[in-house]
Amino acid sequence: MGKNLAGKTASIIAVLVVFIYGILYGSNGPKLGSLKSLLADNIRLGLDLKGGTHLVLQVHVEEALASATDRDVARLKAALQAVGINATVGKTDPAHPNTIVVTGIPPEKLSDARTVMQGTDYSIYDVSTLADGSATLNMKLSAINDLEARTLETSKETISERINSLGVSEPVVQTYGLGKNQILVELPGIFNLAEVEAAIQSTAKLAVYAVVSGPYENDQAALTALNGVVPPGDWLVHGSASANAPDEVWLLERASQVEGTDFRDAQPSTDVNGRPNLTFTLTTAAGDRFYKYTSAHSKDSANPGSMAIVLANKVRSVASINSAIRDRGEIEGNFSKDEVDSLSLMLRTGALPASISYTETRTVGPSLGAASIRQGVIAAIAGMLAVMAFMLVYYRGSGINADLALILNLVILLGFMGFSKATLTLPGIAGVILTIGMGVDSNVLIFERIREELRAGKTAAAAVDQGFKHAWVTIVDTHVTTIVSAAILFLFGTGPVKGFAVTLTFGLLANLFTAVFVSRLIFDSILQKKERGATLSI
Amino acid sequence: MSLELFRTTNIDWLGKKWYFLGFSLIFSVAGVLSMLFWHHIPLGVDFKGGTQIRVAFDKAPNEDHVRQAMDRAGVRDFTIQRVSDPSGHAANKEIIALPESTATDQSHDAGRISVENALAANYHDSAFTIEQVEIVGPTAGKQLQKQAALATMYSLIGMLIYLWFRFELIYGVAAVVAVFHDTLITVGAFSLTNQEITLTVIAAILTLIGYSMNDTIVVFDRIRENLALSRKESLHDVVNRSINQTLSRTVISSGLTFLTVMSLYLFGGEVLHGFSFALVIGILIGTYSSIAVAAPMLVAYQDWRVKRGKVSSLPAGKRAKV
Repeated sequence: MGKNLAGKTASIIAVLVVFIYGILYGSNGPKLGSLKSLLADNIRLGLDLKGGTHLVLQVHVEEALASATDRDVARLKAALQAVGINATVGKTDPAHPNTIVVTGIPPEKLSDARTVMQGTDYSIYDVSTLADGSATLNMKLSAINDLEARTLETSKETISERINSLGVSEPVVQTYGLGKNQILVELPGIFNLAEVEAAIQSTAKLAVYAVVSGPYENDQAALTALNGVVPPGDWLVHGSASANAPDEVWLLERASQVEGTDFRDAQPSTDVNGRPNLTFTLTTAAGDRFYKYTSAHSKDSANPGSMAIVLANKVRSVASINSAIRDRGEIEGNFSKDEVDSLSLMLRTGALPASISYTETRTVGPSLGAASIRQGVIAAIAGMLAVMAFMLVYYRGSGINADLALILNLVILLGFMGFSKATLTLPGIAGVILTIGMGVDSNVLIFERIREELRAGKTAAAAVDQGFKHAWVTIVDTHVTTIVSAAILFLFGTGPVKGFAVTLTFGLLANLFTAVFVSRLIFDSILQKKERGATLSI
Repeated sequence: MSLELFRTTNIDWLGKKWYFLGFSLIFSVAGVLSMLFWHHIPLGVDFKGGTQIRVAFDKAPNEDHVRQAMDRAGVRDFTIQRVSDPSGHAANKEIIALPESTATDQSHDAGRISVENALAANYHDSAFTIEQVEIVGPTAGKQLQKQAALATMYSLIGMLIYLWFRFELIYGVAAVVAVFHDTLITVGAFSLTNQEITLTVIAAILTLIGYSMNDTIVVFDRIRENLALSRKESLHDVVNRSINQTLSRTVISSGLTFLTVMSLYLFGGEVLHGFSFALVIGILIGTYSSIAVAAPMLVAYQDWRVKRGKVSSLPAGKRAKV
């Protein structure tokens, strides 16, 4: 025959050893322990088997874009004033929140205004000016994309840090491909939704705004005082100035002075009266900006003002500015101890640049997961035993062949899982069962073909040769089509479905090896020992 | 000597094509009618959106008391369903579901909290634990729907292209039509039995697509091989012979896969119930369709070409060797 049987046998044993190592140790490295604990450490289980919480969060990046534009409106207005232009700057069209409209530029100052607007400060805008003294600045698409991506990235990091405060092992926080600007959070072993939400839910945005006027009793009173129109650069915000104070309305500047991302550190503390408050440190850039604002509006200045601390679009505190603040200060307000604690955690870990809502929440309790593992494993073993018994009865001697190939197939599949750290999910166990089905199909294809060739009067050796040759074509076609669909499932699927695609693909790859190579080798070695013309047990 | 189910069969499969057509039509039409006028397509919380809470009680739950507990707390529009394992034995578990209006993106978690509070305050028959919570907002539901539809479509296109490349376009088309037929009947079965289609059921449907394709290819491969060997025989005879030659493999393989899937259905637990139901139906119908839909389509295509006076021989497909 001239076949290097010994070499092939050695290579199969080598594969077997490598994958058994993969099942037991994978990439963990060898260590001692019971079989069960080794498996538990090495095969990564999905949330549906292990139990835990799965969340999909939507990041409202448009808020970050709007607040960036708001700040540029304020900046541009000041910059134009600095060169002696008193133009109206604002966002006029709510449908285009990233478009700044400037009107009322005196004709003789048009070129000065153009110089300011085309400066590097506004390079993220496309600027167009008209002769009638108006100009529009449209935020460039690339800048919008950039800002959105940054907002998403910051949100992800922030949520990650907050999750770490829960002490979860191996949490997953990643951007989620299904919808735009979504984040996937997976927390193994965490079942208490309320606890998770409390940690993440500090999704509220904190910012400090300059007070334009107020307080007013209600919206109606505010509008009356403003002659029915809210100025374009301002907004009306509800809230209360101190603990137990009634709900009132303030007119605030739309652009914030300081917001979440500007804080470098924040710690809970108490004020002189023992009430909970918050001390904070700002980043250098924000500190400079804040100094400019507070020194211009401190109570000894020509233009004293006050600022409002707004949390989740509600005024929580209004304070007059006692002195210029650079980068250190404290926030006092009607906060409870818990609020101060969570607020300081939130500011320390970086406040979210935009608010967040939940689009998907799933939890699986530990008992359900354990029951699923038990049932899935029982089903897999029962199915496999039934199939193996049938193969032995129906194909007799060759049935041993098929059964060995099947066992080796499972070893390789699990070894793959161990090495690659792929996640085994409940549908993944179903994928294993399907692999058993398809693995056996390959053997049936081959055996039936060998029987056919034998019936046609071929010798045992020729029949085995022809059987494998013809069946191989079919096996490749069937496996490639199924792998194509599994790959698509992996690319477009999520969570559990992905787990199914993983085990199915690994299983089919293993199957190509075992059903064809291993099974063939066993046939060949049997034939070699037999006399020419002896019959084959099939 | 050896045990054999089918030694040499000589069944005229193509002669029975009108029975096959009738059989396929009855099941497809029944399914489609149910999808249109009866149960529609019963979507699970994954696709429909909404809140679904699985509660495990220490003792057999009293559904009336659960309902009263909800009513007293002002929870409306809920449905309660007792969980049972595949053998029909009722478990001490209930699935309480709220409609999608409870899971808006703004107040995502309100439904879960109201149900948990209602039970904690008003249900006193036994202690309970929350085993599973699924809340899917309307946007997520739509995204998941779209994703499932896309995944199915792409996998069909992927297979069509592969078969086009390996055989001829008509083989790919016939296989995809057969697989579409299987999907339609399986989804119809879910509609007729009013079982919910969830994300895992979609995975099962994709599996059955792969499986049915597998079966079809085995027959096609044999047709290709036989066509290359004997060009004199009519296509009708070649197809019949190919089906007969592969029949024992088809029956044994399908039978064994059916066995593994049945064990999943019986022992896999209630979570995999829908998944294994889809596979049980899918394997039966997928095996049937490769014999009764895909292969006859090749012959029908050729007959149609002959009628139009085109070349009379069906291309054997590209080279049969790997």
